[in-house]
Amino acid sequence: MDWLQLLVFPAIRALILIFVLLTGFAYLTWYERKLLARFQVRYGPNRAGKFGLLQPAADAVKAFFKEEIIPNHVDKPVYLLAPALALVPALIIWAVIPIAKGTPAIADVGIGFLWILAVAGIESYGIILAGWSSNNNYSLLGALRSSAQMVSYELPLGLFLVSILILAGSFSLVELVEGFRPWWEWIWLWLAFPFFFICILAETNRSPFDLPETENELVAGFQTEYGGMKFALFFIAEYVNMISTSAIMATLFFGGWKGPFADQYIWLGPIYLLIKVVILLFLFIWVRASIGRPRYDQLMKFCWQFMLPLSLVYVSVSAVLAVFLK
Amino acid sequence: MGIEEKVPDGILTTTLDSVINWGRANSTWPLLFGLACCAMEMIATGTARHDIARYGSELFRASPRQADLMIVSGRVSNKMAPVIKRIYDQMLAPKWVIAMGICASAGGPFNNYAIIQGVDKIIPVDVYVPGCPPRPESLLYAMDMLRAKQGRETIGAGRKVEEPLAVEEIMPLGV
Repeated sequence: MDWLQLLVFPAIRALILIFVLLTGFAYLTWYERKLLARFQVRYGPNRAGKFGLLQPAADAVKAFFKEEIIPNHVDKPVYLLAPALALVPALIIWAVIPIAKGTPAIADVGIGFLWILAVAGIESYGIILAGWSSNNNYSLLGALRSSAQMVSYELPLGLFLVSILILAGSFSLVELVEGFRPWWEWIWLWLAFPFFFICILAETNRSPFDLPETENELVAGFQTEYGGMKFALFFIAEYVNMISTSAIMATLFFGGWKGPFADQYIWLGPIYLLIKVVILLFLFIWVRASIGRPRYDQLMKFCWQFMLPLSLVYVSVSAVLAVFLK
Repeated sequence: MGIEEKVPDGILTTTLDSVINWGRANSTWPLLFGLACCAMEMIATGTARHDIARYGSELFRASPRQADLMIVSGRVSNKMAPVIKRIYDQMLAPKWVIAMGICASAGGPFNNYAIIQGVDKIIPVDVYVPGCPPRPESLLYAMDMLRAKQGRETIGAGRKVEEPLAVEEIMPLGV
């Protein structure tokens, strides 16, 4: 029954994971709209179902039954491919994240760190191709901004990941979570967390770094020409990305599935991970409600003149610490 | 619009109708634009006191491809008319229009050569809101009226699409 182990079980797990992530996306939109409303002393959606809990369903029904059009001036194959290319990396990045003791979501590939970096690199393609194929000035400008922003912030992000890797001494995320970390390592990691979080905000195009889709300059940026379900795919990609990156941050900085009694009762692991992810998502939305958007040159300057030197210093000090203290 | 008109009426389509109409009525995203002073009241509708978000309509989309509702908030000049018409044409069906304020509804105090006497001369309007400018409560009431109208729509054979006049028919070319 080798093929059962190799193909069928992972496929079932992948289907369950996609179902959970898409449901999570739906309720993340509700969570964000409610939280933003509370931050602004409003009520937020409360007419569709109790507490507006059916609001995501209403949005989905509307998006499904919206007219589908392909403008005449677009590059058709690429225009249709781009939303899928945006969504797929956001989903497959989950494959290596450990969800319980000794259990990765799909497979422990042994090079979890490289997997994350590689998939994060693909993520920008969906946006760039969407902007390019739309054949529209606003789309193209949004896509160029997004590619420059993502490439720039991938550098400090990668360097922070390398530091964690040096300290952990293993490429596998499963081993990273289960391995022992001395107290000074935790403190050293948490020092880097705010900067890592800033890089993640820029990577996921979330406010205050949502410059690829600023409505006051670029209409809707790279997704200007997309409507109906194709636009919904970009929407799903952005929000699933938020969930995925929150799970990665929870795994790297806050012990992933770990918590009281998670070693004895294996089913507690996903619950602890969920709690940590929800708290980190709250952080995303809190930042969105509180901070204005910087200018584009300020964004790039901040990356190249502050984040990159800082992450280089962080890598060097991490290497010294790993050599002398571990 | 394609297959919708060719589907015969029946139990399946009636049930589907109610689900679709519920979804559309509870997730009507307006288009992000303002024309004149009425736009200030439209903005006020989104603030804490009036909170259009309760009905799921706080997502003002900047791209016409992603919006469902066009709130024409203010007077439409001859120069702006082709732009309004074009943005309306860029929106994906189903789409709705609210003429907000007396200027957008019927020209209002501006009975002159520069202002189109009612935006319904160039695009089909679903709900008219009187007032100069209307208070946010009036706009919320108009959204209520629009929801009632959305609830009566069918995807079946009875559907008819109004063909509005072209801009050139209202005003001579070269204006």
